[in-house]
Amino acid sequence: MLAKRIIPCLDVKDGRVVKGTKFLNLRDAGDPVEAAIEYDRQKADELVFLDITASSDNREIIYDVVARTAENIFIPLTVGGGIRSIDDVRKILLSGADKVAINTSAVQNPKIISESSCKFGSQCIVTAIDAKRNDPKDPTKGWEVFIHGGRTPTGIDACSWAKKAVMLGSGEILLTSMDADGTKEGYDIELNKIISESVKVPVIASGGAGTLQHMLQVLEKGKADAVLAASIFHYKEFTVSNIKDYLKKNGIEVRE
Amino acid sequence: MLALIDYGMGNIKSVYKAFEFVKAPVTLVENKDQFDAMDNVKGIILPGVGAFGDCMKNLDSRGFISVIKENIDKKMPYLGICLGFQILFGSSEESPGISGLEIFKGTNRRFSEELKVPHMGWNRIIKVNDNVFLNNIADKRHFYFVHSYYVDNDDKMIISTVTDYGISFTSSICKDKLFACQFHPEKSQDGGLNIIRNFVSQCL
Repeated sequence: MLAKRIIPCLDVKDGRVVKGTKFLNLRDAGDPVEAAIEYDRQKADELVFLDITASSDNREIIYDVVARTAENIFIPLTVGGGIRSIDDVRKILLSGADKVAINTSAVQNPKIISESSCKFGSQCIVTAIDAKRNDPKDPTKGWEVFIHGGRTPTGIDACSWAKKAVMLGSGEILLTSMDADGTKEGYDIELNKIISESVKVPVIASGGAGTLQHMLQVLEKGKADAVLAASIFHYKEFTVSNIKDYLKKNGIEVRE
Repeated sequence: MLALIDYGMGNIKSVYKAFEFVKAPVTLVENKDQFDAMDNVKGIILPGVGAFGDCMKNLDSRGFISVIKENIDKKMPYLGICLGFQILFGSSEESPGISGLEIFKGTNRRFSEELKVPHMGWNRIIKVNDNVFLNNIADKRHFYFVHSYYVDNDDKMIISTVTDYGISFTSSICKDKLFACQFHPEKSQDGGLNIIRNFVSQCL
């Protein structure tokens, strides 16, 4: 049986991890390569680097970070943030990433999904969707897609967009709930469930992880294929192993 | 020296890095002339990128088809990964009408529409016939998979491991010094690096 994946996410700015990592025994907690090695040691199933570098002058730095990571760890690596063209996709993959996550530019120019998946294969094109409830209390009212890091509403229904992204060739959906993100009150179960049941590709749940139970809930009730989290790993609240032990005890298949 | 076949279809850096990591002598080879110019090739690695038909077309245009067939015939160690496993067979539903290397009888079928495709993530390999390439690999260990087509082979004797995803499919085969797998050793952490070490020790 396919194992559910546990995926730490690192926000990288100008080649440094931001939000801070509090790993012990690291020489340099801000170096994404060292943080990646630590997560690999904890048996993370994959890693995501989200490049939040604002200045275009420094955008090339991520290629070096990816290349150095790929020399040291042998698990899949996804890189997202600021991908605007097929050429950006190509450069990230050539640096050594296995997948590229595309968010804003996929909405603005869906051809980037079809062309890049055709060129590099669906398996390496992840569509990242930031979704917000139309009514915070009522999931039957649906979710809207936001772009530009959650600043710009699009009027597009998240479920329709997920289906379209898969039709265009996306091999995976990275689904972030804007309502849940940063709250540590749990993933948006209904959002994950509706998207996961609408598309025939894996869905990675993101946003809201605060406890081990939250992860179990989104995998069981939310039907997600993988869970992504940032702060609970960075602040050492849980290690990947803690999560896997808990999930395994609760009957979820995880990689040992 | 080990020859890592580069047929120009994208990123094979991770396979190269994994061999470097285990300190194996490995060289990227881009065509038959480069291969022929190498002394003392001790093994061939064919990683998999892209679609079945494109892969065969690119191998052909670079003169690799005869290189691979002849050397497998001579029992040169061969490691096929993902598409480098699938093209050992006759055909694939991915690229109708295109013949594979036809080293073994069988075809590549698409997973059922009922399943999430690609089959992406960590799944268990169940040992059917243990072999030297699986030394120090525990039965039912997880390896990283990412593929939409699976090998349906006729000769069951060559099966090394199977994996369950909707159906039980062949996840690796072994014959003499050939080992080929659907999963990605270069993305499967310690277990994957062990398989690479096992392959290297069969070569050198």
